[in-house]
Amino acid sequence: MNFFCALLVTNGKLVSLSPMDVVVIALYFVMVLGIGFYLKRYTNTGEEFFLAGRDMSAWIAGLSFVAANLGSLELMGWAAAAYQYGLLAAHWYWIGAIPAMLFLGIVMIPFYYISKTHSVPGYLKLRFGESSRALSAVTFGFMTVLMSGINMYSMALVLKIVLGWDIHFSIWVSSITVAAYVFLGGLLSAIFNEVLQFFLIWLGAILISVLGLIEAGGWSGMVHRIHQNFPGQDFTHLWQGLGSFSANPMGIHWTGIVFGLGFVIAFGYWTTDFLVVQRVLTAKDLRSAKMAPVIGAGFKMAVPFIVILPGLLALAVLPEKLVGAPEAAATGAYSYNEVLPLMLARYCGPGLLGLGITALIAGFMSGMAGNVSAFSTVWTYDIYRAFIRKVAPDQHYVSVGRWCTLIGVLISIGTAYLVMQFLSIMDYVQALFSFFIAPLFGTVILGMLWKRATPAGGFWGLLAGTVGSVGMWAWVKLDPSALRYIALSPDAKDMAENMYRALWSWIICVVVTVVVSLLTRPKPESELNGLVYGCTDVPKETGLTWYQRPLLWAGVVIVIFIALNIIFW
Amino acid sequence: MHDKGFISIWFFIGVLLTAYGVLITASGLYELVSPPLHKVVLANLHAGIWWGAVLLAIGLFYTIRFFPRKQ
Repeated sequence: MNFFCALLVTNGKLVSLSPMDVVVIALYFVMVLGIGFYLKRYTNTGEEFFLAGRDMSAWIAGLSFVAANLGSLELMGWAAAAYQYGLLAAHWYWIGAIPAMLFLGIVMIPFYYISKTHSVPGYLKLRFGESSRALSAVTFGFMTVLMSGINMYSMALVLKIVLGWDIHFSIWVSSITVAAYVFLGGLLSAIFNEVLQFFLIWLGAILISVLGLIEAGGWSGMVHRIHQNFPGQDFTHLWQGLGSFSANPMGIHWTGIVFGLGFVIAFGYWTTDFLVVQRVLTAKDLRSAKMAPVIGAGFKMAVPFIVILPGLLALAVLPEKLVGAPEAAATGAYSYNEVLPLMLARYCGPGLLGLGITALIAGFMSGMAGNVSAFSTVWTYDIYRAFIRKVAPDQHYVSVGRWCTLIGVLISIGTAYLVMQFLSIMDYVQALFSFFIAPLFGTVILGMLWKRATPAGGFWGLLAGTVGSVGMWAWVKLDPSALRYIALSPDAKDMAENMYRALWSWIICVVVTVVVSLLTRPKPESELNGLVYGCTDVPKETGLTWYQRPLLWAGVVIVIFIALNIIFW
Repeated sequence: MHDKGFISIWFFIGVLLTAYGVLITASGLYELVSPPLHKVVLANLHAGIWWGAVLLAIGLFYTIRFFPRKQ
């Protein structure tokens, strides 16, 4: 995530738009606003506004699930990471996503779906009680709008660097557009636009990979050129350099990738972050809900071909060497973060350039809409209805949800301006977000799979894991030599520290939850029906042909996932 | 989805891609007739024309297949 924080302000701009490009971008804004206005009439009840009527097909829920995560900073940041670290960056798309997404679809979704919860904090309320829900809802709501503001500022900065657009113009125009269509059509409008944005991201970005491969002479030609341009460095393997902390540019060991990233962080994000889980809860039936993450995993697995591959191609074909942001600021060279716009400008003429820029803007807006729609749901159901006004007509909560959308956007804009004044806030908030994900996964997974887990165990485990994570982060900040204990090596870098801190905080959460649960009285099994494995009758998938079964497609995805790891070992 | 009577998302996608296909193909053809001073790399492949045609084909397929009157 640190890649996203290091964007640089320059006075110049990388590309100039033609009138045709401006028309392409303007058409996109007209379409997303039009969809919002059109869908307003279909979002009158709480179920329609907050959960899109629970009526989405597996494909729409699945594409929306993956699009909500595919923000423009994700595209820009990981293309930059690929230029800097090579194929290692693909771990965040493969082991750092695929197993967790499949686990969500096959194991966890039945409990989320059958419990008919509106949100992940809502599930914690059903399983562990109000205190766990309150802790989870407040931290999620707070962090979601902060992250949205940081992404907003970073995107405005990108548009300033690439196009020379005024930063205030970018912030306000994009925010007002997102606020308008989510205010009008709620999650239904957000999902419609996310599917549209998903298409635009792919169609705008894949051309870079296609033309780049033609120029480089295919995959083998690209590898040959990289070896020529950067002799002695390995940019094209996933696992070969992970035997020790010092043998790869990320300063990370394979245990950190497998257990920290692949297990705790990935499972924490993909199975408990309500921003993405909310999309799956909109599915029209249990089979669609199980298929949605499987479909999402299939597309997520392909994202490196539009994000990582352009970064690798840049290593092969760009005549100039890109550098880190501080060096770029000092020397006027291009920074890693500019790799995707540079590749876009290299291959795309009028019209195509507009499509590429639209893809970046669409990515930003899908991410932001995901944040504000999730914030609106959690605030309305898990804070407002739970603690402020417990009984009110459904229409009242819809109205609160709509206004929350606007308030969420305004707080995000405020955060963007705050970050503009104090850039270091970005580092702190990025770290803060990671504090909550790993312990939350520990609490939810124990709640779903272990019926002996008690309300007290769930709450104290979540709190201990979060406090433990903050404590470890503060320890390393105050005493950098503590890194040898947290990340198991003094050679570890920031990313490795994040992996291991997540792992430890998950372990703290699990240990505290287990110990406190064994010392306190469990809920009777009759109260755990629909919430916990062993106490729930998950409906059998009867009447489905073999090719309609989610488990089959999950198997196909996992086989391709293993093959990709072997091919690029 | 269709029980509620709203237009399919695939139709909206089709309309936008059709419009993009027309614009980008036209722009590519204009560049073919009147080449710009500063060409992009691989300009000889005329990516605007064929990529615009791909967008147009996908867009027309979705627009026709999910046209509201056919639902």
